[in-house]
Amino acid sequence: MDFFDFISDPILAISKWLFELLNGWGVTADWSNFILYFIGAALLGTSALLLTLIFIWAERKIIGRLQDRYGPNQVGPWGIFQSVADMVKIFIKEHIIPYGVDPVPYHLAPIIIVASVLIVWAIIPFSNSLTETNLNVAVIFLLAVGGIGELGIMMAGWGSNNKYALISAFRASAQMISYEIPMAIVLLIPVLLSSSMAMDDIVNAQKMPFILILLFGALIFFIASIAENGRAPFDLAEAESELVAGFNIEYSGLKFGMFYVADFLRAFTSALIFSTIFLGGWRGPGVETFPILGGLYLTLKSLVIWFLGVWIRGSFPRYRIDQMMNINWKFLTPVSLALFMLAIFFGKLFENYGQNIQYLSILIINLGLFFISLKLINRKEDNLEIPEIGLRSRPVAKPDNLFSKDISRG
Amino acid sequence: MLNQWLYIAIFVAISILLPTIAIFLARVLSPKKPNKIKNSVYECGMETFDKTWIQFRIQYYLFALVFLIFDVETVFLYPIAVAYNQISLFMVIETIIFISILFIGFLYVWRKGALNW
Repeated sequence: MDFFDFISDPILAISKWLFELLNGWGVTADWSNFILYFIGAALLGTSALLLTLIFIWAERKIIGRLQDRYGPNQVGPWGIFQSVADMVKIFIKEHIIPYGVDPVPYHLAPIIIVASVLIVWAIIPFSNSLTETNLNVAVIFLLAVGGIGELGIMMAGWGSNNKYALISAFRASAQMISYEIPMAIVLLIPVLLSSSMAMDDIVNAQKMPFILILLFGALIFFIASIAENGRAPFDLAEAESELVAGFNIEYSGLKFGMFYVADFLRAFTSALIFSTIFLGGWRGPGVETFPILGGLYLTLKSLVIWFLGVWIRGSFPRYRIDQMMNINWKFLTPVSLALFMLAIFFGKLFENYGQNIQYLSILIINLGLFFISLKLINRKEDNLEIPEIGLRSRPVAKPDNLFSKDISRG
Repeated sequence: MLNQWLYIAIFVAISILLPTIAIFLARVLSPKKPNKIKNSVYECGMETFDKTWIQFRIQYYLFALVFLIFDVETVFLYPIAVAYNQISLFMVIETIIFISILFIGFLYVWRKGALNW
């Protein structure tokens, strides 16, 4: 029976065993809990940081393949040790600290940025049994921690003694705070469907994954999370192919590496959040008997979402900053507000007819709003006037073809 | 309940400690050969001039203000969303009126051109 327990849920079994061992040594229950929490948090944090190595390699490989290149292929089989080699190199690089930096924000910024990504991992329920972290304000915690990343970016730009780093920091934080709004508004709907802000309750409420009910909401959340991570096509803060770097330009050695790690880890972290809230988290066949399967399901779902993000990064051209701001303030924010208002109204109206009817009404609202907004975008595109510069007709940059389907037109 | 916050506190401490230790180790391991040219500010390849903390566009400030309004609004909406199963249709309509008032303000800001980059 012991063996079966271990197979079905190794983490719980090990923690129980450790707890009893500590008790046997005469440690009080409170202190053993503290020690166990400490070990758990340290393991989770370290493994998250080490996972980044694999994600960096995988992302470079996938993008290479999407662009008809090999990607890393020299170090080890399929170049799998490339990021290990990179890490060793960046560890022994000199830390160049330019003259005139503001020391406190300059040195704190990389630490704060990595911490802001790692802290999110504390509230994600990885399986059925790991419920110590069922925080009852998890969603607000998530949004609040998102703000700390912006603080780190501003500190990096402010402390660098570099005008361009400061401008880039302003841009990056303007982008991040803007896209937090549609994200926060869309997150309200899963919260009201499960009537709890705790991540574990949101997962438990998903007898049917919320993405099947909130198709359009999930799409808005996905776009907003890509933009908030500052990844292509929204990576204007550090357009790799056009600028040297963004707010992190004056950093070198592992301090720069920390920005890099935070960037890649954030991509997977937001995929984890997406699959927890919209794809049912650890839910899947057989999780009741084998809770360890839950972690596997969550990882698989997040990998799919993460791959979608990489795919988009590999295939979309970059937006201009005014286009990016327009997409958020003039499209995503009003649409997500309308979605929320319609969802609470019709959800209440059909509440007495049973849960299925309620969900169906919300689904119909989602689909309806999706097609209406698609129509609106297309109509706006048809009415677009492109100012002609100069007398002769010649190709000019189109100002506002945000969602253009046909490039040859107009 | 208290245990959860303890876990969060430990996790926050560890996630600050991990990058700090890594950067400290790298600082010890890496060579230190500073010189005047290497340590000058990179800027954009030219020698830097004037103050670095420049004036910036007022637009950033406007966006931050609009963001603040919406952020406070969503924080107010979360309790309503949690209590959604217990409230009546009348209260839902009140919530919608509350959002609409802010939405009218949003439209006003839009018409005034504060959202144009």
